[in-house]
Amino acid sequence: MSVARFWRKQPQRYNLIGTSCETCGRAFFPPRSFCPECRRDGKIVDHAFAGTGHVVTFTIIRTASEAFEHLTPYVLAIVELDEGARLTSQIVCTIDEVSIGMRVKNVFRKLGSDGESGPLYYGTKFIPVK
Amino acid sequence: MRKVAVIGVGCTPFGEKWETSFRNLFVDAGARALEDAAISGEQIDELFVGNMSAGRFVDQEHIGALIADYAGLATKHVPSTRVEAACSSGGLAFRQAVTAVASGNADIVVAAGVEKMTDVGTGATVDTLAGAADREWEGFPGATFPGLYAMIARDYMHRFGLTREQLAMVAVKNHRNGARNPNAQFQKEISIDTVMQSSLVADPLRLFDCSPITDGAAAVIVAPLERAREFTDTPIQVLSSAQASDTIALHDRRDISTLDATVAAANRAFQLARLERKDIDMVEVHDCFTIAEICAIEDLGFCSKGEAGRLTEEGYTALDGTLPVNPSGGLKACGHPVGATGIKQVYEIVMQLRGEASGRQVDGEIGMTHNVGGTGATVVCSILGVV
Ligand SMILES: [Zn+2]
Repeated sequence: MSVARFWRKQPQRYNLIGTSCETCGRAFFPPRSFCPECRRDGKIVDHAFAGTGHVVTFTIIRTASEAFEHLTPYVLAIVELDEGARLTSQIVCTIDEVSIGMRVKNVFRKLGSDGESGPLYYGTKFIPVK
Repeated sequence: MRKVAVIGVGCTPFGEKWETSFRNLFVDAGARALEDAAISGEQIDELFVGNMSAGRFVDQEHIGALIADYAGLATKHVPSTRVEAACSSGGLAFRQAVTAVASGNADIVVAAGVEKMTDVGTGATVDTLAGAADREWEGFPGATFPGLYAMIARDYMHRFGLTREQLAMVAVKNHRNGARNPNAQFQKEISIDTVMQSSLVADPLRLFDCSPITDGAAAVIVAPLERAREFTDTPIQVLSSAQASDTIALHDRRDISTLDATVAAANRAFQLARLERKDIDMVEVHDCFTIAEICAIEDLGFCSKGEAGRLTEEGYTALDGTLPVNPSGGLKACGHPVGATGIKQVYEIVMQLRGEASGRQVDGEIGMTHNVGGTGATVVCSILGVV
């Protein structure tokens, strides 16, 4: 898998910068450049998320694709940010620690690499907060 | 719009077909369908082929032309189109063929589906299937396809009290049906213990909750209903075929445990066919994972949210139940060659309605298919009935 296309959205990925629609107030992460509700009447602007939220649902990945094989078992979750947007992310915690509703905040982490000596790529993961 | 009927069907045995190539698979399925309809290649007006990822599974694109060529139709210059919607590619091909006939654009149209998945290793297969979800915002952070369905299962179990054993009963039931299907990849019954003791893939889903990696192809031939008797004594009418979309990523759904595209496609299919849920005698649903069958039964409207686990436990969905679900063995036991599955579902319902399903035969005159792409971003529902 080529990582080049993933560099395009580095700032968003590193800092949880999504977008929001000034017309209806909805916040989007992953960012959208078109509001599905307001369509042509929507006005999209950048929106920095606070990075805090909670676990909606989760799994423990035991069989991964090649790029993540070395991380197994790892915790994967759908996180709902406090502003309402949802995203899929790894949670940095033990597999017994994660639960539905658990409070989390974002951290900047290495996500993987393109082969043994290939370029590293980074992005957002979440850690539990008390 | 003209009324449409299925006049012939064909399906290869499903499984790990090391000795069979991609092109031999679909030639085999197509030949069986032509023979079944007792027609020759010259009579075919158009082809639609469902295929998810020949580019990554066998390094081959331009599947429409390849299939026309090896079906002996290239020199007749028959138009041939590949359609793709991940695991619902076959359902799409069927709907395109039905639309082509209904519109009057063509008379005899083949809808086929094919996938050759075992030429690459497991890691590459897992990665290719992850392309059915959002590569950038699901695959990139580490989601696998089973992992996404596992998150549906976790959410569903948490909210509706579905037990791990009830989930296993879906697989047990589908293996019992598969054991009666000579085309099935697994023709062996299993127990709840088999499922519970199989290895975890993505908690809470275990290996026996997952459909397998499969090679296979299926083809059906559709024609105007008014001409159907020229070809067969047992035409099966296509009462409706409807398709719906939803967000590509699971995390953007209105409700994690409801496939709104299933709800929309089913509502449309029932409306077009002017039928109600109680009119359906059997259904082939997209059980790529056990949790997917539970959600499908509910989202298609056969019961309320949260009831499908109990209904499965009570035998409501068994071969001899009130509503037999997946008489073929489903994706779980019959196998899941992703692009072929939607066509195999139509094949199964046609065989059932003709009364030709031998050891797994159920009674009925109206059947339904439900084919899902990704975690529910595309859904195709079709309803078929005895004429
Ligand atoms: Zn808006």
